[in-house]
Amino acid sequence: MTDTRLAADTRPWRDAQARPFISIRGLSKRFGDFTAVDTVDLDIYRGELFCLLGASGCGKSTLLRMLAGFEKPSEGTVTIDGQDMSSVPPHRRPTNMMFQSYALFPHMTVERNVAYGLLREGMRKADAMERVAEMLKLVKLGHLARRKPDQLSGGQRQRVALARALIKQPKLLLLDEPLGALDKKLREETQFELIRIQETLGVTFIVVTHDQDEAMTLSTRIGVMSEGEIVQIGEPREIYETPATRHVADFIGSVNLIEGRVDVAAGDQMRIDTREAGPVLVSPRAGLSRGQTVWIALRPERIALSRSKPEGTANLHRVTVEDMGYMGYLSSYRIRLPSGRLLRASQSNRLRDEDPISWDEEVWASWQPMACRVLTE
Amino acid sequence: MSARPDPGADAAGLGARAVRRGRTARLLAALGLSGRTLVIAVPMLWLLVFFLVPFFVLGRISLAEVMIARPPYSPLWDRAADGTLNIIASLDNYRFLLADALYRNAYLSSIGIAFTSTVFALLIGYPIAYYVARSPEPRRTILLLLVILPFWTSFLLRVYAWIGFLQREGLINSTLMMLGVIDTPLVLMQTTLAVQIGIVYTYLPFMILPLYANLVKLDDQLLEASADLGAGPVTTFLTVTLPLSVPGIIAGCMLVFIPAIGEYVIPALLGGPDTLMIGRVLWDEFFSSRDWPVAASVAIVMLFLVVAPIMWLQSWLDRRGLNQ
Repeated sequence: MTDTRLAADTRPWRDAQARPFISIRGLSKRFGDFTAVDTVDLDIYRGELFCLLGASGCGKSTLLRMLAGFEKPSEGTVTIDGQDMSSVPPHRRPTNMMFQSYALFPHMTVERNVAYGLLREGMRKADAMERVAEMLKLVKLGHLARRKPDQLSGGQRQRVALARALIKQPKLLLLDEPLGALDKKLREETQFELIRIQETLGVTFIVVTHDQDEAMTLSTRIGVMSEGEIVQIGEPREIYETPATRHVADFIGSVNLIEGRVDVAAGDQMRIDTREAGPVLVSPRAGLSRGQTVWIALRPERIALSRSKPEGTANLHRVTVEDMGYMGYLSSYRIRLPSGRLLRASQSNRLRDEDPISWDEEVWASWQPMACRVLTE
Repeated sequence: MSARPDPGADAAGLGARAVRRGRTARLLAALGLSGRTLVIAVPMLWLLVFFLVPFFVLGRISLAEVMIARPPYSPLWDRAADGTLNIIASLDNYRFLLADALYRNAYLSSIGIAFTSTVFALLIGYPIAYYVARSPEPRRTILLLLVILPFWTSFLLRVYAWIGFLQREGLINSTLMMLGVIDTPLVLMQTTLAVQIGIVYTYLPFMILPLYANLVKLDDQLLEASADLGAGPVTTFLTVTLPLSVPGIIAGCMLVFIPAIGEYVIPALLGGPDTLMIGRVLWDEFFSSRDWPVAASVAIVMLFLVVAPIMWLQSWLDRRGLNQ
């Protein structure tokens, strides 16, 4: 298998011919006057690890619960592997869910919890226990099979919940904030563990999370949700580098947004007139007309700070360092433009700099035109 | 003066507090007490005065002989002419209880009636408790209030009311006859069935409330998880809801079974001459025969009949790790 082949195989959404595995069409859910999920269209492909990302209350969990069958859609359809799910109750769906609270049965041992799904299928107990033992080995819990959930740590419970949800080899695994209850260090380790398990079993995952780092690390693609709608769908890199709206830009990572008007679109550069940063040169974007109000999204790490004036840079400003935070691997700055506008900037601490840029210094700040993303909404 | 509190003053304040706390602790220590002992002492004292002491008094009477005296039983000891102390205690009363079929039958019949009543209270109470616990919030409170509402009326009145339902010309018979289901009235009053109906009716709230308290804590997500893993509603109930409600079932059954064994008023009002229950035997021994020693031994045997199953159930629960 060649590299290009692998790349093509793992990104079916780039292939217009590929048939989606899960197809969501015009899906809405209303609770009284409140619209939790608003006409969502979404295609997910086999073997994907898709993240639904959004702040709490954006409807991502409701969407997940509709896929599991716990909520009845007000409108729209869900098709899984070509089968319409509208009239299929939760216990007949080819999906399994890992709950945020894990929802482990407290009166059963780890083993019985994991075997539960298999026994409901009518599998013989001896066969089921064999499969359970394999699954517990995969999540590295073999030695705790006889424990009850309340005798486990948070991380162990999380893995039991995962094993229980995976044992039936569902077509689709739904994970509601799977790492939410773990502490930071464990969360980072578990992220890669989750990817390993997903790749081992080849099950399609849909993960709901409010943690953008988690979404970026885990997913093949991210769907950013806001107020019941999916605002943008894309690979992590796309979402980060070319956010569709100010909301997405702001939600994923940290960003400076500068309002301005399109001035001239000439050649391979475009000028945006801004009140706060003067004329800014950016990479051109199609579909903009002169005089249109736009926002420039500029990531902090794309702003270079230096004591000596850099040569040949388009966007150059003399700025004052207002604030500085040393975070080890990088330093984060707040710099003030001559207009008074504060921008966030960060520098990676690649060298053990003896004399880093610090408070109240006047330095040069610059960024490349291609570092700017022009947003229209 | 700075707006910030003076750290020196703060430390001094802390010091003063520490001294005060120390003083209370020292006082308690001087009395040989700790705060914890003090807190536990109140219920312990209550149990001692109102349970353990009467229990021993009862135990002592059960070992005596009946006498025409005041109080009507023999003293525990007497002093012989030479000054030696004779302790007079015999197990004759217990032997008498074992020998006489009346008592044995009364115990068995009490346990039988209490048992069937408990089973029916559970069968009726569980769905009610489940429904109340699963109801949305404003309705749940109202339903719960309705469960407790009968307690506002006198227990005696409510049992009397059942006579109106059950008697020959009562509501049940007249309704059934009006509907043409029966042509001669059923004999409902003064039967064991009437006693069981009365017990189930009276003690139903005691079954519902602990079950409700248990079921209301049931996590919806466990039911969803069960459905998600392929269990239909019935399987989910049998494998998740029911096992998790075992502590509630046991608590409810205890609260019905234990008082039902010794129930006196309900069999006296609704039962007939052939409804033999130990509460009635006890009453007769105390007030009709004025045989306090036998009555006391009847009570003590009953206590052990009740305590033994509780102890057994408790240890069973502990072994299963279900006791919260």
